[in-house]
Amino acid sequence: MSTTIKPFLRLSGLEPLIIRPETNFVNVGERTNVTGSKKFARLILNNQYEEALSVARQQVENGAQILDVNMDDALLDGVKAMTTFINLLQSEPDIAKIPIMVDSSKFEIIEAGLKCIQGRCIVNSISMKEGEEKFIEHAFICKAYGAVVIVMTFDEKGQADTLERKVEISERAYKILTEQVGFDPQDIIFDINVFAIATGLEEHNNYGVDFIEATRIIKQRHPLVKISGGVSNLSFSFRGNEHVRETMHSVFLYHAIKAGMDMGIVNAGQLVVYDEIEPSLKELCEDVILNRNNDNNEATEKLIAFAETVKAKGKVQERDEKWRDASVEERLKHALVNGITEYIDADTEEARLKYPKPLDVIEGPLMDGMNFVGDLFGAGKMFLPQVVKSARVMKKSVAVLTPYIEAEKEERRLAHIAAGTINQEGAGAAKILLATVKGDVHDIGKNIVGVVLGCNGYDIIDLGVMVPTDKILDAAIQHNADIIGLSGLITPSLDEMVHVAKEMKRRGMKQPLLIGGATTSRMHTAVKIAPEYGNGVIHVLDASRSVTVAGSLLSNDSKPAFLEQTYGEYTKLKHGFDNKKSHKNYLPYSKALANKVNLDWASFQPVKPQFTGTKVFADFDLNELRQYIDWKPFFIAWEMHGNFPAILSDEIVGKEATKLYNDANDLLDKIIAEKWLTAKGTIGFWEAGSEGDTVVVSHKSLVASQEKETINLEFLRQQIEKAPGQPNISLADFIKPLGASKELTTHDLPLTTDFIGAFAVTIDGIEPHIKAFEANLDDYNKIILQALADRLAEAFAECLHLKIRKEYWGYATDEHLTNDELIHEKYQGIRPAPGYPACPDHTEKYKLFDLLNVTESIGITLTESLAMYPASSVCGWYFANPQSQYYGVGKIQPDQVEDYAKRKGMTLEEVERWLRQNME
Amino acid sequence: MSLIHEELEKRILVIDGAMGTMIQRHKLEEADYRGERFKDWHLDVKGNNDLLSITKPEVIIGIHLLYLEAGADIVETNTFSSTVIAQADYDMQALAYEMNVASAQCARKAIEQYKVLHPEDTKPKFVAGAIGPLNKTLSLSPDVNNPGYRAVTFDEVVAAYTEQIKGLVEGGVDVLLVETIFDTLNAKAAIFAIKQFFRGKKELPIMISGTITDASGRTLSGQTLEAFYISVKHANPLSIGLNCALGAQEMRGHIEELSGIAACYTSSYPNAGLPNAMGEYDEQPHQTAHFIEEWAQNGWVNIVGGCCGTTPDHIKHIADHVRTIEPRRLPVLESELV
Repeated sequence: MSTTIKPFLRLSGLEPLIIRPETNFVNVGERTNVTGSKKFARLILNNQYEEALSVARQQVENGAQILDVNMDDALLDGVKAMTTFINLLQSEPDIAKIPIMVDSSKFEIIEAGLKCIQGRCIVNSISMKEGEEKFIEHAFICKAYGAVVIVMTFDEKGQADTLERKVEISERAYKILTEQVGFDPQDIIFDINVFAIATGLEEHNNYGVDFIEATRIIKQRHPLVKISGGVSNLSFSFRGNEHVRETMHSVFLYHAIKAGMDMGIVNAGQLVVYDEIEPSLKELCEDVILNRNNDNNEATEKLIAFAETVKAKGKVQERDEKWRDASVEERLKHALVNGITEYIDADTEEARLKYPKPLDVIEGPLMDGMNFVGDLFGAGKMFLPQVVKSARVMKKSVAVLTPYIEAEKEERRLAHIAAGTINQEGAGAAKILLATVKGDVHDIGKNIVGVVLGCNGYDIIDLGVMVPTDKILDAAIQHNADIIGLSGLITPSLDEMVHVAKEMKRRGMKQPLLIGGATTSRMHTAVKIAPEYGNGVIHVLDASRSVTVAGSLLSNDSKPAFLEQTYGEYTKLKHGFDNKKSHKNYLPYSKALANKVNLDWASFQPVKPQFTGTKVFADFDLNELRQYIDWKPFFIAWEMHGNFPAILSDEIVGKEATKLYNDANDLLDKIIAEKWLTAKGTIGFWEAGSEGDTVVVSHKSLVASQEKETINLEFLRQQIEKAPGQPNISLADFIKPLGASKELTTHDLPLTTDFIGAFAVTIDGIEPHIKAFEANLDDYNKIILQALADRLAEAFAECLHLKIRKEYWGYATDEHLTNDELIHEKYQGIRPAPGYPACPDHTEKYKLFDLLNVTESIGITLTESLAMYPASSVCGWYFANPQSQYYGVGKIQPDQVEDYAKRKGMTLEEVERWLRQNME
Repeated sequence: MSLIHEELEKRILVIDGAMGTMIQRHKLEEADYRGERFKDWHLDVKGNNDLLSITKPEVIIGIHLLYLEAGADIVETNTFSSTVIAQADYDMQALAYEMNVASAQCARKAIEQYKVLHPEDTKPKFVAGAIGPLNKTLSLSPDVNNPGYRAVTFDEVVAAYTEQIKGLVEGGVDVLLVETIFDTLNAKAAIFAIKQFFRGKKELPIMISGTITDASGRTLSGQTLEAFYISVKHANPLSIGLNCALGAQEMRGHIEELSGIAACYTSSYPNAGLPNAMGEYDEQPHQTAHFIEEWAQNGWVNIVGGCCGTTPDHIKHIADHVRTIEPRRLPVLESELV
């Protein structure tokens, strides 16, 4: 079945704007128009483009869905002004998200605008004023840019001022555009001219009605075209009386929209809600607009008389300024995240006075804000242009602080001289050259590093982005740089960095080379870059690390030791990597199998579980699970590394960790009290016996169609050559071999038969609460909730395992372990999970799910890549044998893979896909 | 209706895989790139892959041939950087036009050779003239302190693309492929150049392929997928699609979305997964093919293939997996709102 595509008008900025019948009315912001806004005109004429941008932003914040930009002023170079302003606009994602309407009476200015806009825009306007030929030519050009056109109803004879003329000219233009130029009807907008009414001249009185009626007729004939108009013309004769003007606009729009008007150029922040207009004024306006009761200008006179009685009520611009009430730290962060430069100078100054040193402002609130931006970017919640904008706010703020820092810098410079960390020639502070390598445009991290190093008294030479190797090295020589720092975010940049290192060697350079950026890693640096250049290559994890690294490299005392240490570390890393690749010896599978874990089965007496088959826990007490929570991974999820509870009193993160811990426990209280989540689990035990790496499980499937009585679990065996006496382990080794007892039967359980168990647990019900937090934009609690659900699932697995050992299987009834000992796996027996190191094949989960009937009993499903959903779920096998232990299978060889594929009844290709991690 | 249109109605077409990956296998050195003709060139030219169409045409033809034998219906010309702007890195601006002609001829010759070697394959094969994204962008400033600055102008980009288009047409391509679009405005300049070039003449079909760069789900220049499509649909393209930056797994949701909004045919040629820590691609041919087969079964795609890291083996697997699957049907374009 094919989909259908409706003939909607589709526009775009960074985001789409689709005008559907139910869209009702599209506001076009009008304040970025030098002919309409004195303030905007003044800003542009004075070259104050930053402030001019805030006019645009205000329009968007006030609800404009399209932004009209007009630079028609006799004193302006319109082409240049349009180009400059639009280019700046494109760098403001919160403005550029909406489509632009390029507005000019000069076509060359329109074209200048179109050349700067990636989105699909509207041209305002073209007309037949200078004849058909020019009209057609302009229309073709607009089409080649993909722009939608507004056609002004204007022809060789002049503007259409009557109903008939409006209809006639639009009809003619429609025919030309659709038949000769190839426009789709939905991409044509008619501006059928709003003229001033209530001027005192009777011939003007019907202009409002003419507009409304023409709209009705045109839309009837061509339902897909759009009707627009510049609404503020209507009330021109009430200049200075904003209250009356705004009311007239609302009333006019109410009627025109009903007739089919689709969009209009309005001051989006200033429309009065039609229903809230005082009835007497509404009636006066309607009489004037609809030309009712208006013989001898009667209605007009009444409105004028009324207008004189009302003082213009100066209305305060409303926009969301609540963030201004927050602490200075929060305000700085808000400005960084939202890229708002408007208040940054004042806020920075306030922060400077609040903190002991100007540098503290940078290292404290500004870096915090930028880290937050970095996190959002990393999480895909901000995108590049926004982050670039944040960097700009950062720069502006730093600019305010710079004069104050200069004084401190001088002190630091003296300190550098004293410490010996000065430029080679002693000319001043050391110079650090930074560049984002060729082919890469990402430089946020590099900029942050630059700011931080600059603030620490180094001279920064920033070459920007996409810098070719030659340019970097030439500049390094020219500036006599002491350190070269490379940055990159995309993967090809890794190769480029290797290239730079090679070139540095070829050119006999001496400077240490710093490597940073999102795709870079210590491993890659050690394996691929460091070997290419002998005078020091160091991977720098983040901006804060860059300061200590630079300090170590520039001090003549510490440099040799630091380089040597780094070289040693990297050599080790590289060695490890190379070894991992090729130098390990592996046994043939048959030999590995022979070198199995040899247990004394003769004297082994398996413990019989309380039951065989399965048992379901439909709603386990969360309160009981709480005590089994392992908090360490919870803090790791928040990038706080350390042991619990030591982390709560950690010198650096302790305060934040404690806060987080308390918040998490508060939420946990709520989760338990209000029963947000349900812990569901199932366990099972079956007779089992091993045969090589297969464990045969006696099983009567609950699904009637699968009447197979046994099911084979397949395990993998370590194949690496072990030290003498060390076995090549497989989980199958921990189950008594079939031959060691009498033949396995289904119904008649011989006491010497071994057993295997399995479990699956899940924490259910998180979604509505996640949604609620999301609706509140409360990411903090959302992440806590997700992390807690994970912890509860793990706690459930831990708790059940304890009950298994002491009760349900009962092989360790006298066990007494603390939670800490549980976390450190001090118990007897193991619970390895399919897909983890001891049994890395995820597809065995199918069998586990089948044995336990997991999906039907507790609702966990498997995705195509065999992840469990809900995400907070755990499953695994139970092995009770006292000798059983956790281990990793490690790398395996093709002979085992082949055997395994045969045992599994899968194609080699399929098995290889699932075991790739263990094969390379 | 053009021939390629007719074929697209019948079946899913397969476009070839990475050129760079295959060139790397030849381990060419500086001297190979230079050949006799440029042996005294004043700059290093190793890495200027497009130059090989002139200096080592047999290598390029050989790669095309491998892809054709793997089952590709469309081969892309080796012209990703054959513009005066991109060639400035090697000071080879003056050769841009010639590179386009030579590359298009390499692709044509490969098809001729293939037809001779495989007379049993009667299906038509197509040459797509590859128009790359340039190394300079029209929507982004390279200078963070001066967001209004642009390293290049729209008119310069149009001029560069116009020359490229001329060369490709001269060399005999069947379609033009504007690809790896990370800045929509650059693509709009290419479309503008194409429209100007063909005004009054019969236009070659245009394929358009954008690039969603990361987890934000947007192009590098910040547009959402739908905003991107709306911004280029005036090209009246034969197909719209995505390539590069993402592997099939990450691209899946975007292809699904595109399939629902595109009025034309859809294309997709993802990378061989995401690069590993070493910057290498290691998704195996059958894995890539597995993902793409699922898209085809869902009726999302008309043209499929591979980008960075994919090889003739990937293309063979992809071609084998989609061979019997019905192509996506074009949506019905309604002419009324209700």
